[in-house]
Amino acid sequence: MASQELLINYLPILVFMAIACVVSVAMILGSLLLGKQNPDSEKNSAYECGFDAFQDARNKFDVRFYLVCLLFIIFDLEIAFLFPWAISLGEIGVFGFWSMIVFLTILTVGFIYEWKKGALDWE
Amino acid sequence: MLDFNLIPILPEIFLAFTAMGLLIVGVSGGNKSTDIICWAAVLSCLMAIFLLFGISWQRTTVLNDMFIIDQFGGFMKLIILLGMIASIALSVKYLYQEQMIRFEYPVLMLMACVGMMLMVSAHNLLGLYMALELQSLSLYVLAAFRRNSYKSAEAGTKYFVLGALSSGLILFGISLVYGFTGSINFSVIQTSLSNEGAANIGAIIGMVFLLSGLAFKISAVPFHMWTPDVYQGAPTSVTAFFAIVPKVAAFALIIRLLYEPFAPLMEQWSQIILFLSVASMTVGAFAALVQDNLKRLLAYSSIGNMGYALIGIVAGNEAGVSAVIIYLFIYMFMTAGTFGVILCLRRGGIASEKISDLGGLSLTNPALAYAMAILMFSMSGLPPLAGFFGKLFVFQAAIDGELYALAIYGVITTVIAAYYYLRIIKVMFFDDPVDTLDKDIPFARRAVIFVSVIFVLGFIIKPNLLVSSSQSAASAITAPQGLAVKKTIKEPPQAAAAGDRPSSTEAAATVTGAQDK
Repeated sequence: MASQELLINYLPILVFMAIACVVSVAMILGSLLLGKQNPDSEKNSAYECGFDAFQDARNKFDVRFYLVCLLFIIFDLEIAFLFPWAISLGEIGVFGFWSMIVFLTILTVGFIYEWKKGALDWE
Repeated sequence: MLDFNLIPILPEIFLAFTAMGLLIVGVSGGNKSTDIICWAAVLSCLMAIFLLFGISWQRTTVLNDMFIIDQFGGFMKLIILLGMIASIALSVKYLYQEQMIRFEYPVLMLMACVGMMLMVSAHNLLGLYMALELQSLSLYVLAAFRRNSYKSAEAGTKYFVLGALSSGLILFGISLVYGFTGSINFSVIQTSLSNEGAANIGAIIGMVFLLSGLAFKISAVPFHMWTPDVYQGAPTSVTAFFAIVPKVAAFALIIRLLYEPFAPLMEQWSQIILFLSVASMTVGAFAALVQDNLKRLLAYSSIGNMGYALIGIVAGNEAGVSAVIIYLFIYMFMTAGTFGVILCLRRGGIASEKISDLGGLSLTNPALAYAMAILMFSMSGLPPLAGFFGKLFVFQAAIDGELYALAIYGVITTVIAAYYYLRIIKVMFFDDPVDTLDKDIPFARRAVIFVSVIFVLGFIIKPNLLVSSSQSAASAITAPQGLAVKKTIKEPPQAAAAGDRPSSTEAAATVTGAQDK
């Protein structure tokens, strides 16, 4: 059966996953069983550059951080696309070139939109 | 090796670039330019219709088999574009009345339109998913468009969470289908499945996941929970859009999936669709009986209507598919008109959406009352009106497919559903009048109501126009390319309709033959 052959092709992935499980479980269990467990209050406290934590980490902060973060991701991914494209441009030819130009155009439209909307102004 | 022929996707490319252009225009002009952008969006939909007529609807695939254009796709895109024009025209004035003037509104609608058109033409599971997401993401934003309203935000969030769940189901289904058939290309999946047929359990499970994800999009029971809340919470113009257009696109996608890649599994999928159909008809008929909000009522009515349309798919013949197309076309016109009337229900600048607000409409605003009455009669399926023919074709297809019980059940639920449509008419004509409505009904809204009433009344005069074109669209999709057809599909519509019925039985015979091997 063709589908069984197909499944056999996935066997290395299964083996890999099994190994990953075994290794990670072995590490955690090993340190739990072999290590010396001798906790005190200093060891259990949060470690922050040697100081006690000043305040709870879950406080409100400006939603614009999210906005900047999301915008950064988009353009960072664009760069991640551009590198392989630039290297393989000789092989993908005119089609590849214009595909990327279309992609960049769409991204630029988005960039103009966010700029004009004032998403990049901090105040 | 590379396929540079972009002519068949010209309408989509045009719309995508117009949408981006309008975004730039809007962001430089600010919200003042909203109405100009709305009308420009309507105009670009009209242009897209011209482009659509300009290209050949002969079956061709482009972009390395990612995209297909055929009679079916072309006709469905035409329906989608008409619905877009109606829903943008309905919403322009509403945006001003409700103080939610933002130029992103028409742009988002155009983006959703591009997504839906690509969905209809998808010939590859990944292309399908991308198009579906483009459409859905625009719809999520539209549902929450009135940001300061608690209900609208709730509608958007609910729609987003459940939509994301359905996308997850679809992706899981796609991965299973890919894993068990070895391809994401529709024609390769079809060939692979017709060789193995029902033996390929994994692919069947994948198909079930895909179908449940898509059932979310057409709000078929049991995946309908979001519909009433989203319909009620979203701004009314957006609800109108939700009811008119995306369902057509999702239906087209389901038909293409079931009749192209999954055609060899017809025995399996027809059970699923049968269940969805019966459940949707039941819930649509009974749950709507107790509603007092018009938008909620129409949500349940749309669930029920999707059930009737699904009957045509269960029938599994060409007559069934053409009945579905006719049904959706008529349903689209009726819903557009109905929402046009609902958008007119304003008193002192405040929108009302309760059924009791319609009280005595025949005295305070007779024209509107008669238009609504005609539309409601048509929705409940009374004979000379268009809605009757939609149901007639669907039930006829079911009887052709020897699904007598299903047809009878459909008729019974129609009778039950008639109660709540007639109740609206009763409230309008026999209840005591409440305050008069605001008189200033914008021209575009009048035009949409007028066109839809004329269509509903006039369908009986020239039904052949729609029937023959939907038959040729249906024959383009039901004549299975790889399976049984030795002849080309390009024939005059009537001849194709007559000559194709044996070929689909022949196809079924080949399928069963393949399973026996």
